[in-house]
Amino acid sequence: MRKSKLKRRRIFSLYVPITTILLFLLFPFYWTFVTSIKPELELYGPTVTYWPQNFTMESYRSLFSEFEFLKPMFNSFLVATITTFVTLFVSTLAAYSFTRFEFVGKRILMGLFLTNNMFPNVLLLIPLYSIMRNANLLYTPLSLVIAYATFTIPFSVWMLTGYLKDLPSSLEEAAMIDGANRAVAFIRIILPVLTPSIIATGVYIFIQSWNEYTFAVLFTNEDSRTIPVALKNLIGQLGVQWDLLTAGGIITIIPVCIMFFFAQKKLIEGMTSGSVKG
Amino acid sequence: MLVSPALLIVTFVVFIPVIEAILMSFQNYDLRRPNDIGFIGLGNFIAIINDPQFWQAVKNTLIWVIAGVGLQFFFGFILALLLNQPFRGRGVVRAVSLIPWATPGVLIGLMWKWIYDGNYGVLNDLMYKLHFIDQFIPFLSQTSTAFPSVIVTIIWQGIPFFAIMILAGLQGISQEMYEAADIDGASRMQKLFRITIPSLKNVIFITLLLRIIWVSNSVDIIYNMTGGGPSYSTQTLSVYIFNKATVLNLGYSSGMAIILMLLLSIVAIPYLRKSFKEG
Repeated sequence: MRKSKLKRRRIFSLYVPITTILLFLLFPFYWTFVTSIKPELELYGPTVTYWPQNFTMESYRSLFSEFEFLKPMFNSFLVATITTFVTLFVSTLAAYSFTRFEFVGKRILMGLFLTNNMFPNVLLLIPLYSIMRNANLLYTPLSLVIAYATFTIPFSVWMLTGYLKDLPSSLEEAAMIDGANRAVAFIRIILPVLTPSIIATGVYIFIQSWNEYTFAVLFTNEDSRTIPVALKNLIGQLGVQWDLLTAGGIITIIPVCIMFFFAQKKLIEGMTSGSVKG
Repeated sequence: MLVSPALLIVTFVVFIPVIEAILMSFQNYDLRRPNDIGFIGLGNFIAIINDPQFWQAVKNTLIWVIAGVGLQFFFGFILALLLNQPFRGRGVVRAVSLIPWATPGVLIGLMWKWIYDGNYGVLNDLMYKLHFIDQFIPFLSQTSTAFPSVIVTIIWQGIPFFAIMILAGLQGISQEMYEAADIDGASRMQKLFRITIPSLKNVIFITLLLRIIWVSNSVDIIYNMTGGGPSYSTQTLSVYIFNKATVLNLGYSSGMAIILMLLLSIVAIPYLRKSFKEG
């Protein structure tokens, strides 16, 4: 008797609210997917169907064949990959020295990286645009890599510093007593332990660069355009063809979702450690 | 020194541009009229202060941030409290509920634009079937509904981030405090307001600040849903800056970007002071 009452209470205090919030959070994705596989006749028919009466992959086919969606996908992949590697390299070094060495101006430097998160993107957008133009970098993938470094490096330094703080420095010190120098100790001892965290940070950087639109729309042309820009341009080209647009959306988010699920545990840990531990 | 590569890049790509933006804001810098480029002192700022669109954008930004971040926080908090209770499938729910956060802004704009669509939109259909409305509403193309609609979208995007940060904070609270409170016969509400919320002060503070800054800077969602319209009713300051930059009036938009940065620094300074103190 008492148990069933408790159970009923749990339904109302836990399952009902959580299902409601999840429905709200996930419905847009469901709707986007359903729209992408509906044939046009059904899509713009007199009644809105919540599950397609007929399936079609037509929109995906024409996205790749007529609108050459592979090209912006490749561009995005290129930009995101380069950004990820460059950022990881410099940020790991910086985070390592922040956690292992004491030096003059360390606090100010760390503060500097933090302030970085504060600058409005739009503030950097304009001067970077004219710098890229003057340096003849506009419309190259490199211009986006540089632009993305403005927000990926500070955030990665922050995340990696959080992970590294958890690794006791006695780890490398033991190796160094045995005669290894710091670089060797770092590569042999720290790097293997840190790898999952580096991967998680990398996933974060990749997702951010894959998703970025504001810089990309100004810094790319038809040849170098990345996937969010291509998606937005579909609207310009097609008016509003929602079957194609939603198919494009599904394609955009699939890589993100796969990477995200792969790294989410470590990623959440890194995002939250900085703020929770202070 | 190991920091130097990162520092070098950040100096080049952040601090030099910031200085250049400051310089630009004192110039008549319109790429469509390259011959007129030149120093005009406070000219841009005077024009901005007299621009009614600017003031509307400031007002919109305030509403956008207060309503958007406030409700993200509220629902994020609730979600975190729910996810903090053990139940089967919690890990999956936690991961899945974070997807909106990882979704590109353009796609978010697109998905919601389609949901809000005035002819075939699912929201209209649902509300019609439930007899909330007798005719379809063009949510994004009338001034009375456009802004609330985009705000719902930013709330949707921000709930996961709050939930995850607060959840991490919740898991850091020691169970002993709750046990002690149980012994003293504290109610659920008392435990929430006396233990949970005070212990989360730090997390809440930092997450709120970060979100306030991100949300005020966010361009892509509004830009892709309404472009700032209809009749500027959804144009926030950062969207206005972006709109001006896309028509290549760089001096004017730099001026506004500087103003936005100054406004944001009011929010950011306590955050910085705190993180400096803690090193």
